[in-house]
Amino acid sequence: MKCQQCDNSAVFHITELEEGEVREVHLCEDHARGYLTQSEGDGEGQEKSTVGGMLAGPLSIAKTADDLAEIDQKVCSMCGITFFEFRNNGRLGCPHDYVQFEKELEPLIANIHGATEHVGRSPARFAGGTEPLTAAVGKRREMKEAIECEDYEQAGSLRDELRVIDETARSGSVAEPTAEQADDATGSGGDDAGNATGS
Amino acid sequence: MTHQQDARGGEEHVKIEALTSSIGEWLKGTGPESDIVMSSRVRLARNVAHFPFVSRANDQERLEVEEFLRAQIQQSPAGKQLDYIDVGALEEVDRQFLVERQLISREHAEAEGARSVAIDGGEQVSLMINEEDHLRIQCMHSGLDLSGVWDQIREVDDALEAAVPYAFHSRWGYLTACPTNVGTGIRVSVMLHLPALVITRQIDKVFRSLHKISLAVRGLYGEGSQALGDFYQISNQTTLGKTEEELVGQVRDVVPVLIEYERRARDYLVRESQLNIHDQVSRAIGILRTAQTISAEETMQHLSRVRMGVLLGLIDDVAISDINVLLVRTQPAHLQKLRGVELDSSDRNIERARYLRQHFENAEGDVASSN
Repeated sequence: MKCQQCDNSAVFHITELEEGEVREVHLCEDHARGYLTQSEGDGEGQEKSTVGGMLAGPLSIAKTADDLAEIDQKVCSMCGITFFEFRNNGRLGCPHDYVQFEKELEPLIANIHGATEHVGRSPARFAGGTEPLTAAVGKRREMKEAIECEDYEQAGSLRDELRVIDETARSGSVAEPTAEQADDATGSGGDDAGNATGS
Repeated sequence: MTHQQDARGGEEHVKIEALTSSIGEWLKGTGPESDIVMSSRVRLARNVAHFPFVSRANDQERLEVEEFLRAQIQQSPAGKQLDYIDVGALEEVDRQFLVERQLISREHAEAEGARSVAIDGGEQVSLMINEEDHLRIQCMHSGLDLSGVWDQIREVDDALEAAVPYAFHSRWGYLTACPTNVGTGIRVSVMLHLPALVITRQIDKVFRSLHKISLAVRGLYGEGSQALGDFYQISNQTTLGKTEEELVGQVRDVVPVLIEYERRARDYLVRESQLNIHDQVSRAIGILRTAQTISAEETMQHLSRVRMGVLLGLIDDVAISDINVLLVRTQPAHLQKLRGVELDSSDRNIERARYLRQHFENAEGDVASSN
């Protein structure tokens, strides 16, 4: 793909998100540098809330097209969204994305908010986080696949696990995950429904 | 459309009709500094932990989220007093009506799939289900009352939190579909009427200062940065790394400064160019009283001038609350609901002019002598 401002190859693929409108910008390194510098200095204050602005820091000028392509291919084990899809539409797919893409999102969030730690209110019931409940997002996908493959035994088992999570979501609280469970949650989206207990 | 959907659409239509004859508390022109501050608003973005975010959810999942949230809200003390409207079952004009009334967002009106809104009788609280996030809680008061709004929305949020597992992460806070809202998920805003700063051409300078302290500025219905009728919304841009109280304070602390600037500009106009201002106000009310066809944009410009004229003592017998109400009731969907028929753009302009003539004839609206 060519740079939108010259004949060089575009190595920066920036998605601007302004007031809900999505706009894509494809630029070579030189023009990207100018574009990002201009965004920082235009004084209009909107740049921090754009995905392009967010990516200016994390995907700094030194990043190559290969680096970007590698990041773009990362997939959420729960909802299946790729980082590329997020970059394109500016919306994440599920709560687990904040865990799955933590490394990529961290500088981006720092650029938007000037901070990387929440210091405000927290829910009384799930103050330690709701990651175990989000396992349901992956299980629903697995159940759909099991039904499509006519593996009804697996589908039934997943449905039971989903019921437990749903019950916890409605009334219970989430037990603090063990170290092993925490690893599972950031891993392949495997069988970690046991995290969601009814306690 | 099935018979069942028809019936549902009919029920929702009745609820919209009821709203047509009422008016929200936030338009009453009461509360501190209501000559300049139209309304104070706080919204919180929340998501249900065990479902994908709305843009990633399929139709079935959106429906499940809608049903889950509706059930949990109805059981909670905060939800029992609310009326539910199935936004997906509404006709376009009714969805637009809710947008004009600021009860739902434009995005919520234009979205697809299962979505609804729960509102209280005074139209202070609205809960949008399946907007960009699963749940958007909004609370709005007339005048400058951010502390009152924050107290009220916190109560609603606490009550719902006991029934809904909000997606939360110990480091990132409340998890939202867009990282621009993550953390507190809070957007604090005030709607200001700043005609004197516009006339004296100081408005751009003021806004540049606001941007420097990370506050955003938008027009009345939030369409781009173009502000119709000199109505501007000031809001926080960041949501992470500060407490909710700090973010409320960030907006609340800057408002008195803006009020002071606007008052000084109004004093200056009265002192230095009274004839010119009196002329502008008189022409504005003259057009509203006599026009045979008028667009929504032109109406807002003139209503803004008349509103300023009332506040400067140049116009008698017109109440601020009446102007606030007219600002909403002359919007396209409101006009059609009040008239009871669908109207195209040119017919709306004729109907709008007729409605304004009728109103200002009844209200007299005498322009005081400038001497």
